[in-house]
Amino acid sequence: MTCLPAHTDKKLGLVIDLDTCVGCQACVTACKEWNTGGHMAPLTDIDPYGGHVDGVWFNRVHAYEHTTEAGGRTVNFPRSCLHCETPACVTVCPTGASYKRASDGIVLIDEDKCIGCKLCSWACPYGAREFDTDVGVMKKCTLCVDRIYNDNLAQEDRVPACVAACPTSARHFGDLGDPASAISLLVEERGGVALMPELGYKPTNRYLPPRARSDRAAKIDAPALQPIKADGGFLGWIDRMLSN
Amino acid sequence: MRHDTPRGANSAPSQRPLTDSRAPAEGDGVDTSPTVSDRIAKTTCYMCACRCGIDVHIKDGKVRYINGNKDHPVNRGVICGKGSSGIMQHYSPARLRKPLLRTGPRGSGEFREIEWEEAFSIATERLSAIRRTDPKKLAFFTGRDQSQSLTGWWASKFGTPNFAAHGGFCSVNMAAGGLHTIGGSFWEFGEPDWDNTKYFMLFGVAEDHDSNPIKIGLGKLKARGAKVVSINPCRTGYNAIADDWIGIRPGTDGLFVLALIHELLKAGRVDLDYLLRYTNAPVLVVQEPGAADDGLFMRDADGNPLAWDRVAKQSVKAADPVAKLALIGSYMVSDRRCVPVFQLMAERYLDETHSPDAVAERCGVDAETIRRIAAELAHVAFEQTIELPVAWTDWAGRRHETIKGRPVSMHAMRGISAHSNGFHTCRAIHLLQVLLGTVDVPGGFRFKPPYPRQAPPGPKPAGKNVQPMTPLDGVPLGFVCGPDDLLVDDAGRPTRIDKAYSWDAPLAAHGLMHTVIRNAWAGDPYPIDTLLMYMSNMAWNSSMNTVETIAMLTDKDDAGDYKIPFIIYSDAYYSETVPFADLVLPDTTYLERHDCISLLDRPISHADGPGDAIRHPVVEPDRDVRPFQSVLIELGARLGLPCFVNEDGSAKYRDYADYIVNHERTPGIGPLAGWRGKDGASVGKGDVNPDQLQRYIDNGGFWHHDFSADQRYYKMGNRSYLDFAVEMGFVPNAEPIVFQLYSEPMQRFRLAARGHGKVQPPKAERGRIEAYMDPLPFWYAPFEEATVDLEKYPLHALTQRPMHMYHSWGSQNAWLRQITSQNRLFVHHGTAAKLGLVDDDWVWIESINGRVKGQIKLIDGVNADTVWTWNAIGKRRGSWGLKDDAAESNRGFLLNHIIGDQTSANADGRRYSNSDPVTGQAAWFDLRVRIVKCAVEEAGFTEPQFERFHQPPHMEPSPDMLRFGADFRMKREAAE
Repeated sequence: MTCLPAHTDKKLGLVIDLDTCVGCQACVTACKEWNTGGHMAPLTDIDPYGGHVDGVWFNRVHAYEHTTEAGGRTVNFPRSCLHCETPACVTVCPTGASYKRASDGIVLIDEDKCIGCKLCSWACPYGAREFDTDVGVMKKCTLCVDRIYNDNLAQEDRVPACVAACPTSARHFGDLGDPASAISLLVEERGGVALMPELGYKPTNRYLPPRARSDRAAKIDAPALQPIKADGGFLGWIDRMLSN
Repeated sequence: MRHDTPRGANSAPSQRPLTDSRAPAEGDGVDTSPTVSDRIAKTTCYMCACRCGIDVHIKDGKVRYINGNKDHPVNRGVICGKGSSGIMQHYSPARLRKPLLRTGPRGSGEFREIEWEEAFSIATERLSAIRRTDPKKLAFFTGRDQSQSLTGWWASKFGTPNFAAHGGFCSVNMAAGGLHTIGGSFWEFGEPDWDNTKYFMLFGVAEDHDSNPIKIGLGKLKARGAKVVSINPCRTGYNAIADDWIGIRPGTDGLFVLALIHELLKAGRVDLDYLLRYTNAPVLVVQEPGAADDGLFMRDADGNPLAWDRVAKQSVKAADPVAKLALIGSYMVSDRRCVPVFQLMAERYLDETHSPDAVAERCGVDAETIRRIAAELAHVAFEQTIELPVAWTDWAGRRHETIKGRPVSMHAMRGISAHSNGFHTCRAIHLLQVLLGTVDVPGGFRFKPPYPRQAPPGPKPAGKNVQPMTPLDGVPLGFVCGPDDLLVDDAGRPTRIDKAYSWDAPLAAHGLMHTVIRNAWAGDPYPIDTLLMYMSNMAWNSSMNTVETIAMLTDKDDAGDYKIPFIIYSDAYYSETVPFADLVLPDTTYLERHDCISLLDRPISHADGPGDAIRHPVVEPDRDVRPFQSVLIELGARLGLPCFVNEDGSAKYRDYADYIVNHERTPGIGPLAGWRGKDGASVGKGDVNPDQLQRYIDNGGFWHHDFSADQRYYKMGNRSYLDFAVEMGFVPNAEPIVFQLYSEPMQRFRLAARGHGKVQPPKAERGRIEAYMDPLPFWYAPFEEATVDLEKYPLHALTQRPMHMYHSWGSQNAWLRQITSQNRLFVHHGTAAKLGLVDDDWVWIESINGRVKGQIKLIDGVNADTVWTWNAIGKRRGSWGLKDDAAESNRGFLLNHIIGDQTSANADGRRYSNSDPVTGQAAWFDLRVRIVKCAVEEAGFTEPQFERFHQPPHMEPSPDMLRFGADFRMKREAAE
């Protein structure tokens, strides 16, 4: 079994705004595109043009419907590794392949040590692990560890591919362990939540919930329109307005 | 390079790199700084029509990664699901590899490969004979063409009027509706003021146009807490994040909008000052039933429209900036009774038939909601006005110390467009915006240059006099102002093969590509010889009534010859249409070609300034394919077309890149506006600059000019802007652009139907022209709904493309197809329960036109009278490099099979194209269906099924495994 670091210097992660996500899949394919040539390359696609197509993806978006007091709602929900503080996918790993970095808290897999036993994917309740059957190795979101520190990229581009791509600006990145970081302040302001915290794995990523329908909208306290009744109604009103 | 001010859309503090982005000493051996690319080429995406700027990272001669260009005004660094999948489009196994000549029966897919020289000879010989005898026998129709300024020009020089792109089956209602009303329209012509709007209304499917700017804009609205209201039968995509989702019944948006107008008028909540200044609301309309000018504008001797001066109590020029003009009343001018336009509007829309109570049931929206939305619109427009501290001068020379705005904006696209009442509905939406005073004001809907233009803009469609060896006297597509501009013969019959600009579709504007195959097959109005098509899947998802369309493509006459004698098709991929071509000209991908995204064409300007862009080859083709535009230019030269050859008969342009730089449409104006002049110092007008393409490449592939602060709003009447627009050649003069709430061109058609004028409709068409060429927007039931038995076909059926595939032929794309490879029919839970259907059932979807089989998925977020599906996911076996067991051809289905391409016969037995009667826009969304659970043995596979296509010679079978990117890693690790 693999040990977790007692402490990580940073808690790098993502914050995803469910109030703004339109489910366009930009983060999904931007992630695929970067990572299929990146640290865990390739993100293999089996039977890519056939009836049993099955590929490795680090990030997927699902759409759900649910009913609230104010009526039905459709929520687009991007799902990727949450880089938990105490992830079971690491502790169950028999070889030390699955590990959590002490520096930044990113959960990674050392492919050389992975024996493809899939214990980690059974342990992860979030479905964040992707088994590459072609090479018999587990793969997963790296938080773009090969982008965020990459000296070969311009400084401004050193963010995860999904964050750079998102057309509605629904994805955020930073150190969630630093309460003063911009991303922590955002979580604070918007009431960001962890997924299924009751399981005890302490996800790092946060989701900003769709605001309740009633107070989600900008308040338009518009008084009801009143028909012009006096003096010839609307046409009379025009006359008066233009005569002023 | 470090920028002090973060660039791009995603640059909030919570989206930036770590303050210290040096790699920590983790000691786990992870290479945190791998080399990404050998070079980065900046060009323009073509995965859809949005045309974003992209950075293409090339490694070892292959495309490693594509991201958004942060400086590009369209996408500001973001990129969508399609753009990020460009690699898979480029390396698609469905790509064609060499010119093909048909050897088997048409539609079989049996071809032999030929050399380009043979392909050119065949095409030249055929087209040369047509041009010598009857040029209109060439029908040249292009689909997802982003080079219409070239293709239309080519058709014009060839001498055929039979040219159009795909606008007729896409969104011509939006273009024509807007251009005839405000001299601009949504998308390419304008955009909401995302930074200032406080109330945004989104009508219908809009995921098509445009992709990233709308998403960026929605993100801004959400971040600012602005209200988003969506009016859409489906609660997907953008509608899922709306604050108010109004699940309206399809095709009733016009009714809903006119009810809002009713409420606003009734309450006196309209912007009278704005109406007086910028619209024809005060213009006097002759009221003399039976007269030849009844319903036309009262004009002075110079042709200026007149209005009534309330103070001087006499008529004055409507453009008089000083006079106090009347908006209501009835006046005698030169012994003629006339009333202001606004009086007519008020009379019509104040009528109780437009009240929320009267329309609620039909719209499926309760009256209270309609009243609430009207109240909110009024409140935001009139009580939450904004004022930018910028002085500006209007067209009449009046200086304004601030720019005032009413922060309500709207957007609509295909959902409104694809109904047979879409033109009038689009006009109604613009009318609503104008009544609120929100067009081109801060917080409102803003024009993108070169718009606004006069409504409607010039020029008129050419093609009245088609002669052998003679170019047209203009370009084939234009705008008509009355019956005299139609392209009809003396008997009133259409002279274009698609019947555009005929009595069937008077304000066509974009042509009617969706009618060409039927008309050419039927020889109605005449037979053609050659159908030349580019990049449009007309044997599948781009046609209505697919099964019959396929039969027409392969139908033969008594002599055993194809009724459509010759088909030339250019495409980069083995689509469902390629097998129906006699000659196939394989195109390149967007990463291998030159292109220009031109102000002469479909611009990519921003409301804050004009822009254009290029594509340039960032990788070399690995096969014998050529960019279609260069092929067309060579074909033009071989045919000796004027302007494509020099005086000595030699080719004028080497290829498309040469044309882009050296072609001048009028002196000083060419395809690209940036870096003109010998030294590259001119914008807009200027001499040819031989280095122009390099200047674009150096600037990241695009050119953009930023307006000064005083030019950014009220462009229809802004002196500084209008002067600039004249300088740039956008408009012929600096006269203000007057919004045409009342359309005089439309009234001219009505008068013709009443027997006036020299060009009159045939008797049988008069009722239709009278009904639909109404000069004020009105609502009528979509045609199919008005004619079918609604008890038999109780449901509306709609389609939309998934956002990750819109305008992108995604089913060949290994990544995109994994997201959607089988489309379901989405059915409301309640509706399904009534029909005894449960989730995952297989059903027949039946219309008056036929039936198709698919699998249902139950949802709540849909209007209960509506079913819908993802469009163009169903594919034909043997196409797109897909394997025989692919979900697309086994379980996915194409709704097009049951969408009629014609209306039901009228009392005279006449069937029209299933289109808007004003513009000819294909009425895809009028479809009515019923759904019936299929028998047990029928479940599990789609029908109808089609014969599998043969594969072109030497086409590699699609791989069983894709390890894209493994090579990059291997080389990287080997280098360590």
